Amino acid sequence: MIVPGMTTSTGTPPRLTDQASDATGAIGVAEVTGAGAAAAEEDFFVDHRVPAVRHLLSIADLDRDGILEIMRLSDAFAEVSERPIPKVPALRGRTVATVFMEPSTRTRLSFETAAKRLSADVMTFTAATSSAVKGESLRDTVETIDAMGIDAMVIRHHSSGAPLRVTNWVGASVINAGDGTHEHPTQALLDCFTIREALTARHDGEIPADLKGLRIAIVGDIKHSRVARSNVLAFSALGAQVVLVAPATLMPASLEGWPVTATGDLDAILGELDVIYLLRIQSERLGEVLLPSLDEYHWRYGLTRARADALKKDALVMHPGPMIRGVEISPEVADLPASLVTRQVRNGVIVRMAVLFHLLGSGAM
Amino acid sequence: MPRRNAFTHKGEIVVRGGRLVDETGERRSDVLVRDGRIVAVEEVIDAPTGATVLDAGGCVLAPGLVDLHAHLREPGGEIAETVESGSRAAALGGYTAVVAMPNTEPAIDSAAVARDVLALGRTALAEIAVAGAITLGRRGERLVPMAELAELGVRLFTDDGRGVQHGGLMRRALEYASGLGVVLAQHCEDEQLAAGGQMNEGAWSSRLGIAGQPSLAEEAMLARDLALVRLTGAPMHFLHLSTAGAIEMIRRAKADGLAVTAEVTPHHLSLCDAAVAGFDPVYKVNPPLRTAADVAAIRAGLLNGVVDAIATDHAPHAPERKEDPFDEAPAGMLGLETALAVAHTALCVVPDEGGNDEAGDGWVPFGTGAVMSLRDLLGLFSWQPARIAGLDQDGQGGWTHQGGQGGPIRPGTAANLTVFDPTAEWVVDRSRQASRSRNTPYAGRRLTGKVRHTVFAGEAVVIDGEAQR
Repeated sequence: MIVPGMTTSTGTPPRLTDQASDATGAIGVAEVTGAGAAAAEEDFFVDHRVPAVRHLLSIADLDRDGILEIMRLSDAFAEVSERPIPKVPALRGRTVATVFMEPSTRTRLSFETAAKRLSADVMTFTAATSSAVKGESLRDTVETIDAMGIDAMVIRHHSSGAPLRVTNWVGASVINAGDGTHEHPTQALLDCFTIREALTARHDGEIPADLKGLRIAIVGDIKHSRVARSNVLAFSALGAQVVLVAPATLMPASLEGWPVTATGDLDAILGELDVIYLLRIQSERLGEVLLPSLDEYHWRYGLTRARADALKKDALVMHPGPMIRGVEISPEVADLPASLVTRQVRNGVIVRMAVLFHLLGSGAM
Repeated sequence: MPRRNAFTHKGEIVVRGGRLVDETGERRSDVLVRDGRIVAVEEVIDAPTGATVLDAGGCVLAPGLVDLHAHLREPGGEIAETVESGSRAAALGGYTAVVAMPNTEPAIDSAAVARDVLALGRTALAEIAVAGAITLGRRGERLVPMAELAELGVRLFTDDGRGVQHGGLMRRALEYASGLGVVLAQHCEDEQLAAGGQMNEGAWSSRLGIAGQPSLAEEAMLARDLALVRLTGAPMHFLHLSTAGAIEMIRRAKADGLAVTAEVTPHHLSLCDAAVAGFDPVYKVNPPLRTAADVAAIRAGLLNGVVDAIATDHAPHAPERKEDPFDEAPAGMLGLETALAVAHTALCVVPDEGGNDEAGDGWVPFGTGAVMSLRDLLGLFSWQPARIAGLDQDGQGGWTHQGGQGGPIRPGTAANLTVFDPTAEWVVDRSRQASRSRNTPYAGRRLTGKVRHTVFAGEAVVIDGEAQR
């Protein structure tokens, strides 16, 4: 099904700078009276930026050029990470705080490694060891950390929108490291980088400029996935055609304004895909009666050997981790060469270096 | 404790120069108030020596407003509001009577708690009526002593904040209530279908990654209750309806002759779910802000008389609670101080080209609907809700209230009056709310129309937009 709204032909989300004035969206008169009226497409891509300080809250904060700039910086930092001493003084004297209100050791370590390779000082705040467990409010927590004098705050929070709210209270650059079921922009950026890297072989060793012409399926719990929301924006901004694959229970209630197509039938499209991106299925979804069982999910959507064989020969397999073998993916498929999962983890550090440098580096100040 | 009532307030007031609007019509009139009563309504009245003169030039003089739905938070939630602070907010908004919702702590589910709240209301700046809970502790399990509460003058019963989930229990409540002269009021929300949704389910919830609550959660319970009204014959009032489907169901129920009434809120007739785009919990409310199409349907329902009243659902929350992340913050918005101006701006004023959305708060522009007359608007705010709450009968109700709300304005009746300037423009200032809380979704918004004076029980409680105590 083709979802009305943004087209995939341009692949570019609306330019944010053009709509800052009506970001939260007065709805036009036509929509007020029209049947099924809803927000105009540009209303979905809100300019979260505060002019003086740069934040990364949503992929919508970067337009296509912004994403490509991060890709270029990542290419440079990929070279750095190959050096015997993979460290540069780019952010010496800067302080990056990681504030994780939801446990995620991988993402936190990835950001902290990135900051350290840029020679920034790193402060770590995790909910389990902090005042958050004593009932301190988010505002008090981030204001306290901000008062220590930091340049960037990397926030992971279980509530959608929390990093955006934090920008009202702190002077530091805020980087969204995953908020609720909203967005996870650095994951999307590292995924774009990883796909570009994997395509290099097909382009005679040249890194392709973007993802133009690729057909990418995102499979799984789209409804609850911040990775999917960011990747839909990023992939389509770089020219890819995105198809969402899930049972109706795991699709968002509305895809109005999403630059995607959607289907419940994975097998019907396997042969067309250049990339199959698998999302993690959480067992909580069974209690919410969104799935009969994990076995049933695997039977219908899992990347089994048979499905892997139905893919194009050079199709890529991706997963944001942590990967549950036997649910989203069969164990033997997870270890095939087509799987980019460990490459994604490696590239996470590189792309997060690029993001930190983009927001805090000399050019940004 | 001495009982203050409509007949004991001493002193004379002349409201001069206004256009009198009440249910019986409109005319140019001055009004003389003495000892809590209206004693003269004439085209020109000379002020007696020592009388307070309230200038109503260029203004509408109307019966005081009646709010069917306010959360005054006392007892238990005094950090957010008290009966006194809430009544001051009410008076500033032109209200002379407020029905206090029972979702306090403890809930108003016994005569003892009802008496406490009524006692707090005796010194308030507006008449305080209380609604009783339908079930003990609002737990949806056992009925409150409805007859005993009715004896205290409690006229409305509701578990508001929650709907009564159990259909069988709701049926028994309606049956038991019949013959007591009371009305059960429902917060329509099927909690299974709502599934913990934090905003309207739709394009915006999907984009923002916030759990959505479908319109169906409201409409399913409304459908059940309309069937129960058909079965039992008991009257029902439906609180804060928010969806196009719900308005249509009320239209059909009324066409079928069912004894139902319905209210909508100022926020559901002005704001849509696009307001949530910035994740600010000040826009979190239950039922949630819906789509612009729902807003249009609500406006149409008000214009064509399907909806009986505009009620605030004034829901104060301490500022720090509204700084929690969206999904953790409590639902609710302030309403009393802005309700009439918001509704007037949304329904009665065609804005200048492009002049109506500078605040970026999800305000739905005027659209193509007809303009509502001021008299119809005041009916939705005053005499129609007064009748639903049983506050229209002068001096009736014994212990609970003085009554005499909603007009008409004529000699011998209780002096509950509002003077409203329909042309005054003002900007809502979050820091100047009389409420103890600050959670108005209209901060920074320019509104057209402002309450100038409020006379409650013969006392000028608001003069020139300032509370007098």
